[in-house]
Amino acid sequence: MSEQTANPIRDAIAQAIGEHDVILFMKGTPEAPACGFSARTVAALQSVGASFSAVDVLPDPRIRQELSAISNWPTIPQLFVGGELVGGCDIVSEMYESGELAQALGVEAPADAPAQAPGAPDPDGPYVSPPMGIENRLG
Amino acid sequence: MPNAEDLKRRIEAAIPGSRAEVDTQDDVHFTAHVVSDAFAGLSRIEQHRLVYGAFAGELGGEIHALSLRTETP
Repeated sequence: MSEQTANPIRDAIAQAIGEHDVILFMKGTPEAPACGFSARTVAALQSVGASFSAVDVLPDPRIRQELSAISNWPTIPQLFVGGELVGGCDIVSEMYESGELAQALGVEAPADAPAQAPGAPDPDGPYVSPPMGIENRLG
Repeated sequence: MPNAEDLKRRIEAAIPGSRAEVDTQDDVHFTAHVVSDAFAGLSRIEQHRLVYGAFAGELGGEIHALSLRTETP
């Protein structure tokens, strides 16, 4: 089956998922999503005031391959919370609409106003800059 | 080239007893609503994986996108 040799991309992805409480693998960046599904997922996260890390899968096709191998999920975007796959655009959108998303992310979701993340007064959103570029770890 | 009818047949074959409605504007991006007893007790993730299982390797390729809504009857 899969080879047992070192797989730095898979290791880097697994490490990123483990190190970041809320991490979104997407096409493009939160500021400039390269796909409508990624854009909708970012919008849902920002609407509930969630802070999240983001990884752009586009710079190297192997990122997407290895991510899907880890997650057993074929499409992008993919949202992980606490190291677990929550879902892609459809599931995140459903959870946003039902109020489950804020709950899953541990943020308060006011019934009548857009949420503000605690300690994130920036009106442009609480998005935290991506801490990593998986592609930069490729030797 | 996949079409909506093809996707519907394949989903219903992959999940016996399911009913699928599939729409597409361009034969590349699809929207599916799938109703099946097989989803009972499964998380959303697991429900979607059941449907994705009908299209191993094609999602992201010929089928650029499959937007899913799953529920039990």
